[in-house]
Amino acid sequence: MAMHSRLTMAIAFTFTVLSGRLPGALSGQAPGSTPTQQPAAPAGNAEHGKTLFVNNGCYQCHNYEGNGGGAGARIAPNPPPFRGFVAYVRSPKGDMPPYKEKVLSEQDLADIYAYLRSRPRPPAVSSILLLK
Amino acid sequence: MVDVLKSVGFDYICANPGSSFRGLHESVINYGGNQRPELITCCHEESSVAMGHGYAKVEGKPLGVFAHGTVGLQHAAMAIYNAWCDRVPVYVMLGNQLDATMRRPGAEWAHSVQDAAAMVRDYTKWDDTPMSLPHFAESAVRAYKIAMTPPMAPVVLVVNAELQEQALAADGKLMIPKLSIPAPPQGEAAAVAEVARLLVNAEHPVIVADRVARTPAGLAALVELAETLQAAVIDQGGRMNFPTRHPLNQSQARAIADADVILGLEVSDFWGAVNSYRDQLSRSSHSLLKPGAKLVSITSGDLYVRANYQDFQRYLPVDLALAADAEATLPALTDAVRRALTADRKRALEARGAKLTEAGAAALDRARLDASYAWDASPVSTARLSAELWAQIKNEDWALVNGTGGGWARRLWSFDKPYQWIGGAGGAGVGYGMPAAVGAALAHKKHGRFAVNIQTDGDLMYAPGVLWTAAHHRIPLLTVMHNNRAYHQELMHVQKMCNRHSRGIDRGRIGSELVDPPIDYAKVAQGLGVHAEGPITDPKDLGSALARAVTVVKRGEPALVDVVCQPR
Repeated sequence: MAMHSRLTMAIAFTFTVLSGRLPGALSGQAPGSTPTQQPAAPAGNAEHGKTLFVNNGCYQCHNYEGNGGGAGARIAPNPPPFRGFVAYVRSPKGDMPPYKEKVLSEQDLADIYAYLRSRPRPPAVSSILLLK
Repeated sequence: MVDVLKSVGFDYICANPGSSFRGLHESVINYGGNQRPELITCCHEESSVAMGHGYAKVEGKPLGVFAHGTVGLQHAAMAIYNAWCDRVPVYVMLGNQLDATMRRPGAEWAHSVQDAAAMVRDYTKWDDTPMSLPHFAESAVRAYKIAMTPPMAPVVLVVNAELQEQALAADGKLMIPKLSIPAPPQGEAAAVAEVARLLVNAEHPVIVADRVARTPAGLAALVELAETLQAAVIDQGGRMNFPTRHPLNQSQARAIADADVILGLEVSDFWGAVNSYRDQLSRSSHSLLKPGAKLVSITSGDLYVRANYQDFQRYLPVDLALAADAEATLPALTDAVRRALTADRKRALEARGAKLTEAGAAALDRARLDASYAWDASPVSTARLSAELWAQIKNEDWALVNGTGGGWARRLWSFDKPYQWIGGAGGAGVGYGMPAAVGAALAHKKHGRFAVNIQTDGDLMYAPGVLWTAAHHRIPLLTVMHNNRAYHQELMHVQKMCNRHSRGIDRGRIGSELVDPPIDYAKVAQGLGVHAEGPITDPKDLGSALARAVTVVKRGEPALVDVVCQPR
């Protein structure tokens, strides 16, 4: 938990929340808004996706809710378009380690994607007294 | 000896009792009246030193630590290394019995050593083994002076048992040298003028601050320089360098890539500040600098470097290096900047300042938006934890003495006083947090400040006995657990290796998690005499638990609230 967290960003998307380098589909996401229009993703099982998200260590950087943290980007409830999501997981640009097909199949990723899309939308900032 | 300790101004001695310093121990509590210094009972030597580490960063001076020269120092070593890396004056006195013919059979032999300080000599600034009481007096004062001269660092004095237990010579007088702390070295005048010229002529100057503010004056001096220049400041948080909500604070922005002049002030890893490092299938890095960017460093770190331990970080070529104390140099640099400013440059600076102010406001808005995600999640988000805690303490005269809740406290809270933050461990040695927090809270106690610790769970498990020390000595401190039930950073490293080899990715948590059974930190704390609640998993329960804990701390006692959190 050192302040100098460069070394701690071990398994994260390069485009971290703190740096503001989020992909467009995420960075413009406003609380309370409807999800951005995205190309259709394969049908996924959100419950199985949650299990995969935890068992494969995704939560370690992105948190259980996919809300991101010091080591990983926010990827829920509006993940990037599915094809880009898959491409990134297979060949990440930053510190995140790659997940190969034999570890997470395309269907597994669709399940994880469904889990991320199922996460609750945040309340509007203006409605949260503690953030005023 | 106690007269010597009193003469240099020790307010406290932290110690786990040990026979090799029984003479000193007894002298402090009886001859010295257990006042200035007062003996603080510790349950581990690592706690004693880490308490001294946290204390010194608040109070600006060391407390004393007593320990066995052998087994005590072996326990203390990691904490001494943290203080070394963090450039903090920790003052350690080791008991030893050099004369073999005087040793008791058994344990005293195992607790004796030819050269006690050898084990930590690579990461202490000075040590000595005085052979007489006058020698002790000189060396004790010399050690204090050396520890307090930037770059500050731990020192060790080995105090032979015979010396502790023998009476003074017949005249009963001991000459104690006067303590004089050297003025810290200021940057050479011509070099300071050149730095000012570079900064004034830059279009996008950036100041990177790490361990700048040694004293309360450091924060004000950095604010003055930044405002004079209307320059962006990236506060790396090694000390309380710059207000978090100052319009020029650009710590959340990517200012490095746009900078044409970067001034590094006491930056422990300047290379890391201007390069991006990728730890993936292969390790690689690339520069973040734009072509032609000039680098300037002002650091006392250039005045004293050792070889064996590699905390000096990667070598960074700079255009101008001032081997000087940054805080001491700031007033002269600001004056030089003022002298170099023309009317045209002042207008340009005003326009730059307006843009930075906008960017700073946007960063705070972005932080609030980011914090809103997973707001009602269970486990509790670290952003929610930080926001709930801020609501409870913001009207107190507070100081955050350890932890940031995944960085959220620094993003959401308004830090603007010199004592509200003291940085981290320095050497990233786990086990620093809780004892350093108790030491810092001990320093804040006499000022009546409300000390807050955001405590990670793995760190607490190193030496939780320091909670008893806080309870026993009535040290007010609010500890809020950032409990992610793992040595989480290490978990991430193992996960990375699992991925790299594409085998057993689902087993990455083995060896790093703290589950089955989950540790009940509230019960641990209660057993050590500390008010405690938890584990709290529903964020809606957090505010009321914190409010009850605040009440306990305000009556002068420690309290702990265990919060089960999202990992980061």
